Amino acid sequence: MGEIGELPATESVATKITVKLAAVDSESPWRSSLQQLRRNRAAMVSLGVLLFMVAVTLLAPVYAHDIAHSNPFASNLQGRIKIGGHYRSVMPANTQGLGLGVTPIGPTWHFSTYFLGADELGRDVFARILYGGRVTLLIGFSSGLICIAVATVLGMLAGYFGRATDWIISRLLDIVWAFPIYLLAISLSVILVTSGLDLGIVHIGAGSLLLPILIIASVYVPYVARPVRGIVFSLKERDFIQAAIASGASDWHILRKEIWPNVAPSVIVFFPLMVALNILTESALSILGIGVQPPQASWGTIINDGLQLLYTRPWVAIAPGICIVIVCVALNILGDGVRDAFDPRAKLRGSI
Amino acid sequence: MLRFTIKRLASAVLVMFTISVLVFLIFFATPGVNPAARIAGRSASPQVLANVAKEFGLNRPLPIRYGLMMYHLFIKQDLSSYVNIGDRIIPQITAAAPITLSLIFGAVVIWLLVGVSAGVIAAKNKGKFIDPLVMFFGIAAISIPVYWLGQMVLLVTQGGLHRTIFAWAPNGGYVSLTQSPWQWALHLLFPWLTLASLYAGIYARVLRGELINNMNEDYIRTARAKGLSERRILYRHALRCSMISIVSLFGLDVGVLVGGAALLTEVVFGLPGVGFLTYQGLQNLDLPLIMGCVMYGAFFVVLASAVVDVLYAYIDPRIRVVA
Amino acid sequence: MSLDDHSTDAVLSVRDLTVSFATRQGVVRAVDGLSFDVGAKEVLGIVGESGSGKSVAMYSMLGLVRDANVSISGSVLFEGREILGLSDADMQSVRGGEVGMIFQDPMTALTPVYTVGWQIVEQLRAHNEMTKKAAYERAAELLAEVGIPDPKSRINHYPHEFSGGMRQRVVIAMALSCNPKLLIADEPTTALDVTTQAQILDLMGRLQATHGSSIVIITHDMGVIAEIAHRVVVMYAGRPAEIGPEIDVVRSARHPYTWGLLGAVPRADVKTRRLVTIPGNAVSPLEVPPGCAFAPRCQYRMDICEQRPPLRGAHDHLDACWLSDEQRLAIRSTATVRGES
Repeated sequence: MGEIGELPATESVATKITVKLAAVDSESPWRSSLQQLRRNRAAMVSLGVLLFMVAVTLLAPVYAHDIAHSNPFASNLQGRIKIGGHYRSVMPANTQGLGLGVTPIGPTWHFSTYFLGADELGRDVFARILYGGRVTLLIGFSSGLICIAVATVLGMLAGYFGRATDWIISRLLDIVWAFPIYLLAISLSVILVTSGLDLGIVHIGAGSLLLPILIIASVYVPYVARPVRGIVFSLKERDFIQAAIASGASDWHILRKEIWPNVAPSVIVFFPLMVALNILTESALSILGIGVQPPQASWGTIINDGLQLLYTRPWVAIAPGICIVIVCVALNILGDGVRDAFDPRAKLRGSI
Repeated sequence: MLRFTIKRLASAVLVMFTISVLVFLIFFATPGVNPAARIAGRSASPQVLANVAKEFGLNRPLPIRYGLMMYHLFIKQDLSSYVNIGDRIIPQITAAAPITLSLIFGAVVIWLLVGVSAGVIAAKNKGKFIDPLVMFFGIAAISIPVYWLGQMVLLVTQGGLHRTIFAWAPNGGYVSLTQSPWQWALHLLFPWLTLASLYAGIYARVLRGELINNMNEDYIRTARAKGLSERRILYRHALRCSMISIVSLFGLDVGVLVGGAALLTEVVFGLPGVGFLTYQGLQNLDLPLIMGCVMYGAFFVVLASAVVDVLYAYIDPRIRVVA
Repeated sequence: MSLDDHSTDAVLSVRDLTVSFATRQGVVRAVDGLSFDVGAKEVLGIVGESGSGKSVAMYSMLGLVRDANVSISGSVLFEGREILGLSDADMQSVRGGEVGMIFQDPMTALTPVYTVGWQIVEQLRAHNEMTKKAAYERAAELLAEVGIPDPKSRINHYPHEFSGGMRQRVVIAMALSCNPKLLIADEPTTALDVTTQAQILDLMGRLQATHGSSIVIITHDMGVIAEIAHRVVVMYAGRPAEIGPEIDVVRSARHPYTWGLLGAVPRADVKTRRLVTIPGNAVSPLEVPPGCAFAPRCQYRMDICEQRPPLRGAHDHLDACWLSDEQRLAIRSTATVRGES
């Protein structure tokens, strides 16, 4: 061996000496991701805005009953309100042109009554926006949740079991993927929203909010399921999964304990963006008359109501649109922050 | 390359077939829905219902029903509306198609110009104030519902300001290119801008991300080591590689738009394109019309994405080998 | 030999190069007072674990570290000209023209969407006035020179159509295309399989002889050093641990860290089958001790190691260790006995 001394060996055999450049992160990756998210000021402001919007819409009944004393779902063509000591009709007669017909009252800018004016049926637009927000946010969040849950399960099954399971799931996804989102949603909606869905034991009524929720959730499933499948596919090649398989652990155990923790960050990244996407889709369907059905209201249907009043009472259409924009901007900024914190390499489209 | 093209087109035909089956199932086999009543429209007489049942073979087995639907749609092309009785659907679609194509063509030009340059500017100025600024506009653009934006554009150009600044803005509607190219462009200007804004936002965001990722790739370091200028590295190397994902997005988007996603813009601006036709079908619950629009739209999407994939293989040499 | 003043006849003369990054946890010195010379037609090996700052040192002197938080100091003379702090435009003519570079992973080092010919031509035309046709002919010659069969048709192939070893040959052809005075090779064989490694090293050796370029080869592998290098710089935690002629450093290494590196190489002529590693991990760049950087992992640690050892030695073999010659002799004789038992 000559002049080179042998140094005492440690038990491990290293052919290449590796270094952890910053071995400071001893805490769990979740904790550090959350911490990074918490440091992202834009994302935190967005989260605050979102929580504020949710809180405000949850308070809709309080506003309608205790402040405005109006029923935003009943027409009120003969209604009168008191502003600054004067009584005014909710649907005053036209003064311009031939003076025929009535035009809903414009914004009073009095918080307690018809803040944003009335719609064609004399209903309080501001109260309706609060109620509509509940529906819009409910559809956005629940369809986002359902979509991601279904997509994650499908993607994990396809990626983990491969072979026939993968083939069937992948072909299903391919078909839905190739189908233009709006056309699929339109086809499903036009058949379902007027007659409901009848699956033997389960019957979903025509006006039920479940229909738009399920339709929106299902059309976006491939958007999430495909990347999840890809992640699981590459995970399966990794040593720790192979070791778990070799050790005889059950599939269920491996999926739950080994695969899911590694898929979860990517799935979380999708959530805010899917919610924003779903809110936009819901309003688009509502505009077309195949989303939320009366007497329910959403921001989309209120914009639709405002279309006829666009030049005379623009606030009916402007206000719900602004609400959608605020919520979606907040969701997208939050989504960017979540991506940076949890899965910076994730490739996402901005929206549809 | 030829083999790839043939293979890709063959798979497109397969996808078209499955989509047609899916459409068929939605329209004719949804549980709890009577297809004859839905096709015939509201308050149809028993005579009409019987006609519908015969035309689409509603008492015959499923495969024959599927065949009949495809026969009326594509071979005899005699699918007719039961709402506006006797109106042939297919000629309406072919008449509306140029309007939709005009709308999409202009929007594509605008969104590519704006989206790509915004993405490049943002990526180039990463770390300076201009990057978050551009990206905020990008986020705003993808967060605005298109039809609402259209309404706001109408409100501004057709409302109070119509007598002054926007006196030149036309009152909506469509003028064909052959009739007057100038009026054609003028009538489409605001629809173009409205439709383009969303996609410009998406493309700016995607391109910025791709560029920043690509600028961290090893081959960019090689390019620097070769002594190339930063400008050349950005445009000839990073941008060229980033365009791969832009092209794949682009194909899907154009396909989906032509297939009917432009319908909200058409509805707001009163452009009588294919989307508007679908909208009319929805308003009247005219099922044959919707079925026709959906099927033709979906087929166009599939065809467009096949064409794009071929184009994609041309841009990205790696694809050709894999496929 | 002294590393205080610039050597006048060196192709590359580096003095007190220091590269530090401002991070959230504090300032990180990736390279700390590195000095060395590369003579004409000399092959200098820089060896160390990953993270030891060897790549950063070479990249930073060529302006390839593009990080807003970096600060670089010291002096780097290339052919007698100061190149630290050159403008982007001036640096561009140095990079690729007078200094060629070869990188670790040939799979990702080439732009995927252009043919290899296009990429070589791009570099040729960036530094020389030549027609496209002449450039393509020259590119084919270069491919032939690095041993790519059928270069006339291979020139129109894309990078993904080449194997890893062939791609590395393309990268080498590109680096040599403008007849650089200096070739910097950053782990050029690490990503390749063993037989290809030998071929690439062999090729580099031959090309070095014909082109007469000086070479700086960065590696963690003492085997590569023994194969090709004339002189060696051993780096640890951004600092030079030992510098000297290859034969001296490999045969009679003086620094305990170099002993560890050598022990980590499986050698056919060693009777023991056991591989030797250095205990512990390389020190985090955030926690480099003020004294000897290697002290926390060194089993011959003494009290004096709390102070930073100077780089010193006889003739051209220098090392930064407080051990006296007698101590080293004692350590090496006992280690030998143990090694052969």
